[in-house]
Amino acid sequence: MDTVIDIFAGLLILAGAFFAFVAAVGLWRFPDIYSRMHAASKAGTLGSGLVLLALAVHAGDTATVTRALAGIVFFLLTAPISAHLLARAAYVVGYGLVESSVLDEMDESKNKV
Amino acid sequence: MSTTQFLDFSVHVALAVLSVTFLLTVFKVIRGPTLPDRILALDMLVAVAIGFIAVIGIKTGYTLYLDIAIALGLVGFLATVAFARFILTRGRIEESDSDKPRLVTGDGNRSRASARGKQAAGEAEGRGGATTSEKAPKKVK
Repeated sequence: MDTVIDIFAGLLILAGAFFAFVAAVGLWRFPDIYSRMHAASKAGTLGSGLVLLALAVHAGDTATVTRALAGIVFFLLTAPISAHLLARAAYVVGYGLVESSVLDEMDESKNKV
Repeated sequence: MSTTQFLDFSVHVALAVLSVTFLLTVFKVIRGPTLPDRILALDMLVAVAIGFIAVIGIKTGYTLYLDIAIALGLVGFLATVAFARFILTRGRIEESDSDKPRLVTGDGNRSRASARGKQAAGEAEGRGGATTSEKAPKKVK
């Protein structure tokens, strides 16, 4: 049982670090703020959540498992809110999409009014 | 290779990868072209720090920092929300060369510094009692 837990926790740690690294690469590679937000919010949250889940799997006592799971739940609740607020603020103020964007639905809703 | 060795190896690899991630994100904070980019990178810095805390908790068995990780997540969320409100109130400022923060010793600052020097000289003349017609107007609040 102990060996299974060790292997599972190791794989979760590696996956979490990989997703965090992918999020950082996405920050540098994507062209505009909205696609960068797509990378950083989703992949970054998934990376931290996986590493916290590895801690919950590895730790034996109930207190640590509860706190790690509470951290995951809190993180999953707040990351979409902050990303949405930041994207909406940037769009309202006028930071534009990159030229290669296909569709700007909020622009259509503005023209309708 | 036993399973404990595998866990140790994966922890060390994760620490290295997270360090590189942290560095990339910090450089993005420094050179991101717009203010929302910098705020997004700061938000991701908090996530990477939470990952660090979890990996260190696995490595040392010292899980006291988990409370700090939860509090850090709360503070990071509130900071991002406050920054978003700040962008809304500030409006869009074009990031041109004249808006970028410069080193004081840079060449681009020479004109501003000389203007400051002229103004200071004018103020000194005014304080000296000389009746100059070019006194700086007092700021009305």
